[in-house]
Amino acid sequence: MQASTVLIQILNGVQYGMLLFLIASGLTLTFGVMGIINLAHGAFFMVGAYLVFQLAHLLGWPLPLAYAASVLAVVCLGALIEKSVLAPLVGRDHLDQVLVTYGLILIFDELAVIFWGKDIQPAAIPGFLQGSVALGSTIVYPLYRLALAVVGLCCAIALYAIVAGTRLGMIIRAGAYDRDMVSALGINVGPIFALVFGLGAALAAFAGILAAPILSVSPGMGDKIIIIAFVVVVIGGIGSIKGAFIGALLVGLFDSFGKILFPSFSSLVIYALMAFIIVWRPNGLFGRPA
Amino acid sequence: MNRTILTALCIAILLAIAIPLFGNAYLTAHVTRLLIYMIFALSLDLLVGYCGLVSLGHAAFFGVAAYCTALLSTKLGMTDILASLPLSVIAAAIAALIIGLLTLRTIGIYFIMATLAFAQMLFFLVNDNDFFGGSDGILATSRFYLARTVDMSAPFGRYYLTVTATAGTFITLYFMVRSPFGRILQGIRSNERRMRALGYAVERYKLACFFIGGMLAGLAGHLYLLLTSLADPSIMDWTHSAEVLMMVILGGRGTLFGPIVGAFILIELIDQAAELTEHWKLIVGVAVVVITLLGKGGLMGLVSSLKYRSKWAGARP
Repeated sequence: MQASTVLIQILNGVQYGMLLFLIASGLTLTFGVMGIINLAHGAFFMVGAYLVFQLAHLLGWPLPLAYAASVLAVVCLGALIEKSVLAPLVGRDHLDQVLVTYGLILIFDELAVIFWGKDIQPAAIPGFLQGSVALGSTIVYPLYRLALAVVGLCCAIALYAIVAGTRLGMIIRAGAYDRDMVSALGINVGPIFALVFGLGAALAAFAGILAAPILSVSPGMGDKIIIIAFVVVVIGGIGSIKGAFIGALLVGLFDSFGKILFPSFSSLVIYALMAFIIVWRPNGLFGRPA
Repeated sequence: MNRTILTALCIAILLAIAIPLFGNAYLTAHVTRLLIYMIFALSLDLLVGYCGLVSLGHAAFFGVAAYCTALLSTKLGMTDILASLPLSVIAAAIAALIIGLLTLRTIGIYFIMATLAFAQMLFFLVNDNDFFGGSDGILATSRFYLARTVDMSAPFGRYYLTVTATAGTFITLYFMVRSPFGRILQGIRSNERRMRALGYAVERYKLACFFIGGMLAGLAGHLYLLLTSLADPSIMDWTHSAEVLMMVILGGRGTLFGPIVGAFILIELIDQAAELTEHWKLIVGVAVVVITLLGKGGLMGLVSSLKYRSKWAGARP
């Protein structure tokens, strides 16, 4: 393998990994803090992408405004779902949570079909990010993909700084460790739940917006990526932001290198990676024993 | 078996035998499909309802058997189900044994995700490789026979085979869950640590349960191939596993009538909703959310709580 191929695959891997991290971080925190498996988290990803398509393409809003409005709308949607459907599920069996949120997936996918049809929709790249950049003398790389990797990394660092370095982050981590104890220490966990869930929804919507020009905007786009985001969460260990970050990078790199090393087994590689890690460490890389 | 269940079973079997006599080919094929999903849901209920093992990869074993039957017929010309039925069920059982050995090291949400991951591996294995027909799947074009004489691709033959298999599965499970083995599984479901403290080799029982469940799912997969002749990747997809899990939960886990009722209701709900509108997923999605949020033990749970209420209604002062 040539050095240039390796570099491009690393860039692809990091970019995909950061996209996954944006989704997986919300997932892992929701699970850690609220104890809820939310399969419908992928719906936020999809709705974010569709709203930008609606606002920017069909209504002609400027892109930054469309981005902001979409994220905000998804946070509102998340709050609605959290209050109406997920709150009654706190403390119930994982099985019920899987089923209810699977039902939500069916509902959101079908709503997307009703509103926007089954066709694949286009998504624009902001003007200043169009074109390619030359890396060294032989490689050109699309500027947008490069920007994606950078933005993803920045988000990851910011999130890590919040979770690891602030008082709020400390409460979130403590909540993921032992919810009842945090509550007993006099901290009102209700608003913390809502905040974590809203943050997760916003990050997923943001990921959907960023991914829209690369992946196709279509109903069901969330279902494909949510399973891979779950793989990331399980590899990293549930409730751990650091684990989600490492897991996302691993999955991204395995995916991009798998595509050129084992073309006919490329989709299988990340599941094999997860199977290996889970057999080796049944609680993920950074999870604590149940 | 107590008398009510025996009577109900006899009536059900008589009714089942009578259905093809109406001569309606569509009805016969439809009931065959219902029965296949009843076996499939029963096999998952053994894991979820009796042993507390929530698997989100159960469709893998269904798929392994279907693919095995299709491959045996297209590559080796093996169309006698006396050979392909046991072989495909054994293939599913071996898959269950290997996946079980690896995934049963994990518990809770990790187990759910681990079973999902292994099932997805198999999904992409068949989806991405030409040997397994890629995303088109394998169409088994030749007809299947029993002992080279009875046509199992004819509606009658495969229907009665499916009825026999369903009755066999139900009766086997009925006695299994009441046997010491079944009691131990239920003990593990309610308190694994205590069972371990009592000296039971919990891992071995869980593996045996996973193995038997995979085998029965394989039986359903084999029958499914006889019905449709097509093994395609969608039967290995995680949404197929989620669907059968829905059947178990809607009907009521941990009962044997639950999965049967659940399979019937979900398939009919999907069929009726699909007839009504092309956006049937919306209806099914809302139904699943509402039923799961309201009822705690599925429909069978609802029935028994109603019974309980009416039994004690007169006792109130």
